[in-house]
Amino acid sequence: MTMQTIYPLFTALPLAAAFFNLLVTKINKKAADYIAFLVTAALAVMAVLTIFEAPFAYRIGGFPAPWGILLISDGLSALMLVIINAIALLSIIYSIKYMTMYTAKPKYFSLFLLMLAGMNGVVITGDLFNVFVFLEVASLASYALVGFGCEHEELEASFKYLILGEVASTAILFGIAFLYSMTGTLNMPDLARQLEVLGINKAVAFVIALFIMGFGLKASMVPFHAWLPDAHPSAPAPISAMLSGVLIKAIGVYAIARVMFDVVGPNAMVSSILMFLGALSMLVGVFLAVGQSDFKRMLAYHSISQMGYVTIGLGLGLNPNVPPVIAAMGLFGGLYHLVNHAVFKSLLFLCAGAFEFRTGTRNRYEMGGLIRKMPVTSTACSIASLSISGVPPFNGFWSKLIIIVAFIQAGYYVYGAIAVFVAFMTLLSFIKLQRFVIFGQLPARFANIQEAPFAMTLPLVVLAILCIALGLAYPYLDQGALQAARAALLDKVSYMGFIIGG
Amino acid sequence: MATKPDLASSQQPTGMTPIVKTVVRFAIGIIFMFGWYIIIYGHLTPGGGFAGGTILACGYVILTLAFGKELALRKMSDMAASIIDNTCALLFVTVAMIGFAFGAFFLNFPPHGTPFNLVSAGVIPLYNILIGLKVTSSLFAIFLALSIFGRFVSKLVDEAEEEE
Repeated sequence: MTMQTIYPLFTALPLAAAFFNLLVTKINKKAADYIAFLVTAALAVMAVLTIFEAPFAYRIGGFPAPWGILLISDGLSALMLVIINAIALLSIIYSIKYMTMYTAKPKYFSLFLLMLAGMNGVVITGDLFNVFVFLEVASLASYALVGFGCEHEELEASFKYLILGEVASTAILFGIAFLYSMTGTLNMPDLARQLEVLGINKAVAFVIALFIMGFGLKASMVPFHAWLPDAHPSAPAPISAMLSGVLIKAIGVYAIARVMFDVVGPNAMVSSILMFLGALSMLVGVFLAVGQSDFKRMLAYHSISQMGYVTIGLGLGLNPNVPPVIAAMGLFGGLYHLVNHAVFKSLLFLCAGAFEFRTGTRNRYEMGGLIRKMPVTSTACSIASLSISGVPPFNGFWSKLIIIVAFIQAGYYVYGAIAVFVAFMTLLSFIKLQRFVIFGQLPARFANIQEAPFAMTLPLVVLAILCIALGLAYPYLDQGALQAARAALLDKVSYMGFIIGG
Repeated sequence: MATKPDLASSQQPTGMTPIVKTVVRFAIGIIFMFGWYIIIYGHLTPGGGFAGGTILACGYVILTLAFGKELALRKMSDMAASIIDNTCALLFVTVAMIGFAFGAFFLNFPPHGTPFNLVSAGVIPLYNILIGLKVTSSLFAIFLALSIFGRFVSKLVDEAEEEE
């Protein structure tokens, strides 16, 4: 099929565009907008087409599997590609107007495309060292983007993110080196076969610890979360949306899920660690979020908390001691929440950016009554707030419900209760947000502000519609792309089979 | 608006003592030759594009240290470094994508030649040369950005004012 022959373009195209962009903009600065838009649009179309393909493996350079690098497309990769490239396209459209607040816009688009290339690379590759390389590409671009404003606080946040991120990368590289020394291979399907023979010995357990620390820091699970509340608010709004909505999933949660499910395999120890870290993230994140006055900083803390739901769902899916149906349900809830979080969290960050674009402040106590001046943005923000806090018709409700029901059925009543409690705390926090930003008294100095420009409201509207659609389409999701993603994670044997197919 | 400072003409003393300059004058040819040797023989001997490119970049750094930035910027300006950097990266991806026409991404499509000859191994020497040029120019650009950053900032400010 067509996608099978051009699969590497998911990284090659944004990479080439990033460099081409820097060359062309030396002559014409306007070209950057169009290049970035066309490339991300093409990638989004390709990602949607990938969903309809049967799983396949692509050999880079035509080399056979254990020696050459495989690119693997299965349900989970396709799902992640759709999330990444769709959010990237909307962020690029948003950036065209929003980034007029900053200088050096062409360089911004180049860094954006580099980050996109890195994330797509992590998702499509079937080689563990390739995962590390692309993770570094994405991370390095994101360090630069966090500090893009070159203000004092932004550079500080970027530096903090850089140091902690590199510590995590070092841990991941150590883990990969250990695995290589034990098995002599870096190909993930091949590694899965070798580890099947080797079992979980002490060295493998150490590798798992290194990976949970490394990928956990990239995914900002709680003991490793210190960089996120600084880094995500400091970036320009579309980048915050990409970082919170996509990056921590693609290079954190996706990588951890792929390695733990398909390479290491279900394991009670890893499962209990992930469930504990997930519950801890949910609680700590939400408690820290409630008191924040900075709009984007509050959203960043909620990212930690909501990623806890995803992690706890993955943890239950890894548990070999609960019935497979319930484990699969927990995993389904986790993946569903991952998709939902990508949609509503990027929407919230983009809304925060639109408010900041017009009012010039991010302090939510200084805003108020904005629904009278910016009706589209405010409505989108309300929909996203209702989604994230789990109010019934919206998408966040269903994924949280599935996770909670799975935990009650599995007999983990404490985790189930924590999930319910955190959902209420989230609702409380977002009611506060609504009260201070959207409704209430309009300050006199905002009497003359206007609605955000069309290029900024269009992505908001699309994402808000997605929030509602994903909630209403819940009965159909069980057969669709989410089901394929869950099957890809639970079916380790067919993942190992890619080595023959490739 | 501040007048745009010219990078190539400054009031600072240019370079170090005559001893350093003489030694560098002797060494610089050998350094560049060695760097190119590492790059061009990358598919036959240890080393390759990155190692050779680093050596070449170090050659430019030594030039800057010994003779001042005046001469180094004449040899390779910041603009030239940026253009070479991006062109080489773009060409690298393009060569990799030409593989699509022959069946697979990164396919080594030309005839491979006799092993251990200088012209052999298909596109690998080409990749090495492109990586070498890219590493040279980007490392030197990083060095320029770190060493004469103050100049770049005022330049950036001017650019921003022009955009407005």
